[in-house]
This record gives sequence, C-alpha cells and structure tokens, in this order.
Amino acid sequence: MKEIVVISGKGGTGKTSILAAFASFAANKVLCDADVDAADLHLIMNPTIRERHDFQSGHTAVVNQDKCTRCGLCRDLCRWDAISEDFVVDSIECEGCGVCCYFCPEGAIDFPLNTCGEWYLSDTRFGPMAHARLGIAEENSGKLVTLIRQQGKQLAEEKSLDFLLTDGPPGIGCPVIASLGGAAGVLIVSEPTVSGRHDMERVAELAAFFRIPAMVCINKFDLNPEQGEAIEAFARGKGVRVMGRVPFDPAFTKAMVQGQTVVEFDSGSEGCQAVKQIWENLASDIGI
Amino acid sequence: MIISIASGKGGTGKTTVATNLAASMGPDVQVLDCDVEEPNAHLFLRPIIEEVQTITTPVPEVDMDKCNLCGKCGEICQFKAIVVIGDTVLPFHELCHSCGGCMMVCPEKAITEVGRELGVIERGRRNGIEFVHGRLRVGEAMSPPLIRKVREYARPDALTIIDAPPGTSCPVIASMKGANFILLVTEPTPFGLHDLKLAVGAVKILGIPCGLVINRSDIGNDEAWSYAREQDVPVLMEIPFDRRIAEAYSRGEMIVEAMPEWKEKFRGLYDRIEKLAA
Repeated sequence: MKEIVVISGKGGTGKTSILAAFASFAANKVLCDADVDAADLHLIMNPTIRERHDFQSGHTAVVNQDKCTRCGLCRDLCRWDAISEDFVVDSIECEGCGVCCYFCPEGAIDFPLNTCGEWYLSDTRFGPMAHARLGIAEENSGKLVTLIRQQGKQLAEEKSLDFLLTDGPPGIGCPVIASLGGAAGVLIVSEPTVSGRHDMERVAELAAFFRIPAMVCINKFDLNPEQGEAIEAFARGKGVRVMGRVPFDPAFTKAMVQGQTVVEFDSGSEGCQAVKQIWENLASDIGI
Repeated sequence: MIISIASGKGGTGKTTVATNLAASMGPDVQVLDCDVEEPNAHLFLRPIIEEVQTITTPVPEVDMDKCNLCGKCGEICQFKAIVVIGDTVLPFHELCHSCGGCMMVCPEKAITEVGRELGVIERGRRNGIEFVHGRLRVGEAMSPPLIRKVREYARPDALTIIDAPPGTSCPVIASMKGANFILLVTEPTPFGLHDLKLAVGAVKILGIPCGLVINRSDIGNDEAWSYAREQDVPVLMEIPFDRRIAEAYSRGEMIVEAMPEWKEKFRGLYDRIEKLAA
C-alpha cells in the first residue's frame, strides 16, 4: 500500500481541487483528508458517513473552587499565564502540561481529557474516505493528522485497496510534519508567484529534512511563466521531480461551486487535461 | 490599535490585505507577520532588515552524575518528552512543550534547561513601515511560541497589523488573541465559505469585533454575502478578480503600487474598522 500526500506550503494554490481530480482518475484507492484544521475535500466528495468517532487528546486544567485555598502556587508555576487572579483557568491558554495539577498542595486541580474533534469513515462516489474535523481553537492537530492517516491505511488494507491519496495541510509546522512520515511521496502544488515560490522552497526543504521523495506541479502556470520556470529550475536542482503545469482555468472554481471534480464538470477543459497528464506522470513515477 | 488579519482558508488574500492596508496608512504602522511557517509579507513590503534574533524555547538537560533514576520527570511529562530507559534518562527535545515540570519535580536538581531553536525573528523597515516577522526553523513543529514572541514587538502607540496563518487552531488563536479587531478575508467559493464559518467561530470564542473582506468577489457564488448578513459580520471591502492584480501579486507588487487609486479604498477600509473597533 502506497500513500501520496498532496501539500503546498502556501494555502490556496489549488491542492484540494487537483487532488479531487486525481480521485476521478485513480482506481483502487482510499481518500484521506488530513487538512483537519480546515478540511474542504468533503465539499466535493459529499461523503456518506458510516462511522463517527470522538477525537480525544490532551488535557486541560480546571480549578475546583471548593478545594482551592488561593495559595497562588499554580499561578507561580504556570508558564502560560493561564490561571487568572481569581484562579480560573483560561482553557485557550492552558497548554495541558499538568504542572499546576501535580503540585497543587490541596489536590484542587482536575485535569480532564479533552474532546477536541471528530473523525469519520465514509463512502463516496470515488471510494472510501477517512476524514476529520478538529474543533475550533483546539490543539493537537498533529495527533489527529496521524490518527486519520492510520485510519485511512487501515481502511485500504481492509478493502484490499493499494493506494492512499491524502490531502495535506498548508504550512510547514506540526500538522504538516505529521502528514509526511511513511508516505511514498509528496506532491507539492505550487503557484507561479513570489509567495508560491518562497513557500514551495520551504516545504521542499521540509520534505528533504524528513527524507520523503518530493514532486512538484505548478497551478495557474500562465499567470507568470517566469516565476513558474524559476520554481521548476529550483525543483530540478533539489532533486524534486517536476510533474507538469496546469493553466489558469475558471473550470476549477465552477466545478467546486457545483460540488464536482473538474473531471466531472468539464473533462475537455484545459485544466482537466493538464491534471490528467500530471496524474499519469505521478502514477508511473510512484509505480501505481 | 491591533488589527489581526485571518481567513480560515489559505490563499484568500490575507497578505495582500495586510500589506496594502499598511502601505496606505502612512507612518506609525507596524506589520507583524505571524504566519511563521510560511511568511510572505516581506516579499511585498521588501523591508531592509536591521536586526535578526534567534528564538529558542527551554528544554531539559539531565546531569547524570546527580540523577538517581527515580523517574519522576517521566511521570509528570504529559508529552512523553523525557523517559528513563535502563540506567539513563533520555530527553526528546522536539516533543518538549517547555513547561518546566521535569525540572521542578526533580528531587536531585539534576535537570537544567537549554535552548531548542524555534526559528528567527527579523525586524526592519521600509517607507516608514516597521516590519517584524518570525521564520520557523524547517523541521520545527511548534509555531505558537514563536508567534507569541513576534507579537511582543507590538507598540501600543502604533497601528499594528498582524498577518495571521491560515486555519483555526492554536497558531491562529495565538495570532488573534488580544487584537482590537479581526479582519477576515474570504473568497466567495464553497471552500472559502466553509473555512470562513470556522474562522467566524474562532472569532466568536475570542469575543473580538470583526469584519469581512471578500476577495475575487466576482467568482464563485453569492453565499458569502448571505452568510455575512445572517451572522451580522459587516462586509467592509470587495476586491474583484482582476488579472492585473493577480499578475502584480505574482511579481511581488502590492495593489497600491500597480494601481495607486486603491490607496483611497484601503484608507476607507481602515476608517470603517476604526468605527467598528471603538
């Protein structure tokens, strides 16, 4: 079983639209949305949820006001300034380190487990899908990313499917790092802008840091061919394989508005043809 | 006044709004780029960097001559960042959240703290705009402590514009908390709307006044406007899709450089924000 993770560094480069189009082309796969912080793939896949689970991770301190003697030790020890003068914990600031709870001489601080999201196993018109939703303002997105990828892999194994197609998060921090480990390769969807180039360089460096083979494709290439070529040249210099170029094509947004992949919306569109070529290059490159 | 610019979905135009607003407002403006994973504002503001500072977070180091292998450090650590294995103690620095618990609990005082590099903060200026951003070290997972350091540069007498990262989890909250106003930037597409709803949810948890900029306002559909009406989130500006804007952006130019008439519009945006934040 092989997993391809689609990431971008910069948000909004078209990662999810391109991945959705791949779902139309690929056979024998499970879809996985690991962009748990702002998951969008379900808006196109329209999944029928088969299983729904709570995601529990991390703890938050709660001061029991009946037991608290207001000695102030917890406020002295807390490095997040999460405990107010009247000994109420700000659950947004609380890091869940448990130091206050451990040292409280009165045993007045509870430390309950957080429920910080949900995850789902679903069916879609393109096959099974594992996806998740992190609660707003919650932590532990990296752990939820790891969990949902494991669920995706398990689903693939149960159904004897040999390929996991994962929509990754933007950035280079905790959730992105959690989306890389063990992947057969990452496809970086970039765009030909100074920001797209800057962010692609950093996320390519991240993939190299964790020794994950990286590939790149450039969306909206005709917006600035000079920038596009500079990204491709950078990629070649770093051993990142160049998979192709996608022209700026309003068909992607129109397809999204209809809740369709660009392949379903207009398979003759330039954008669709370009993504098909990229999919074929990627499939032969990874050996699927 | 601190205005934090956020979006939920990435690529909707946060940096465009942040930089153009700053460039339209004249002196005593600060831009703090808190998207430390992928900071982009410098590409448009092109500041001359005057100061670079490495930022670290404290992580434990164990003096094995003092350690008696009691295991209390591993017991208190919620992040599995320090464990006793055989006759040694292994700290895993990359998992450490810097709470100091292991050091506080150690009865032998065998634990001291050393620094793990989170990244750098660069500070500079250009055309009267003070610029600060964080750059997370590639391979570092934890961005919130670096974001909090960038925010320490906010000056109470200045107009501080914060460029927040995408999403709605801890790094975004660290970039929005304590702001006087949150300006949300969306695009009127199903993805943009879905993630806008999450961002509005986060703003409501924080209880900060907010308003909306709709970028590429002539693509997609009109659901962003109906949602904004329903939620009582005022639409403060619309930026139509214009290939000239997109191409200028691709070269690292601000809208107000390519089309100076936009300066007035960004000043108008600020005026509306000022009224709503009061």
